[in-house]
Amino acid sequence: MTIHLEYFASLREQRGLANETIATTDPDARALYTSLRERHGFSLSAEHLRVAVNDDFCDWDRPLSDGDRVVFLPPVAGG
Amino acid sequence: MRAPFVLTDLPIPADPPFPIPTQAGAVTTFEGRVRDNDHGHHVSRLEYSAYATLAEKEGAKIVAEAILRHGLLAAACVHRVGDLVPGDTAIRVWAVSPHRLEAFQGCAFIVDEIKARVPIWKRETYVDGRAEWVACNHPPR
Repeated sequence: MTIHLEYFASLREQRGLANETIATTDPDARALYTSLRERHGFSLSAEHLRVAVNDDFCDWDRPLSDGDRVVFLPPVAGG
Repeated sequence: MRAPFVLTDLPIPADPPFPIPTQAGAVTTFEGRVRDNDHGHHVSRLEYSAYATLAEKEGAKIVAEAILRHGLLAAACVHRVGDLVPGDTAIRVWAVSPHRLEAFQGCAFIVDEIKARVPIWKRETYVDGRAEWVACNHPPR
């Protein structure tokens, strides 16, 4: 399936991209992050992140569907 | 009324983005500013970036929770994105209630929840030229 990824903050810096579209067979958000972390060497483990699919926060075991927009969120620092 | 949570790359107005109802006896404003130091480092500038769609959605949810939980008459927040320097206003929160306690508590609730939940990130640049994305201390939720 095709997944659209958007990166922010330290993940954007480490990936060197703001967004990309990839083909994957990873069934859920956790598996997808594990694959991406292995491929790109992201410093943060999933425990330090939250995940959003299609502009809503969701659980790590959320199944992915073709065309989903996935964002992994580093620890926030607003305010 | 404008959206209860707004991101802007322009200076934040001092006045609330809504009319203050005449039942209001208390209006609190919190103004968060860029400090020139953080954990012993001298900060020369910083950049806020946001996942805008989700930030505005989650921010609006927080304001609605504050209104319900603290019985506010109105509330709102405006948060800066982009490049800021020490002394700049990074965030303003307004809370309006019949009596002062609810306005103080509602305002504090909004600030605390925004810091914990809204997808906004801060990259500090220090006077020695180093720069880093600041990670807050609390675990994600």
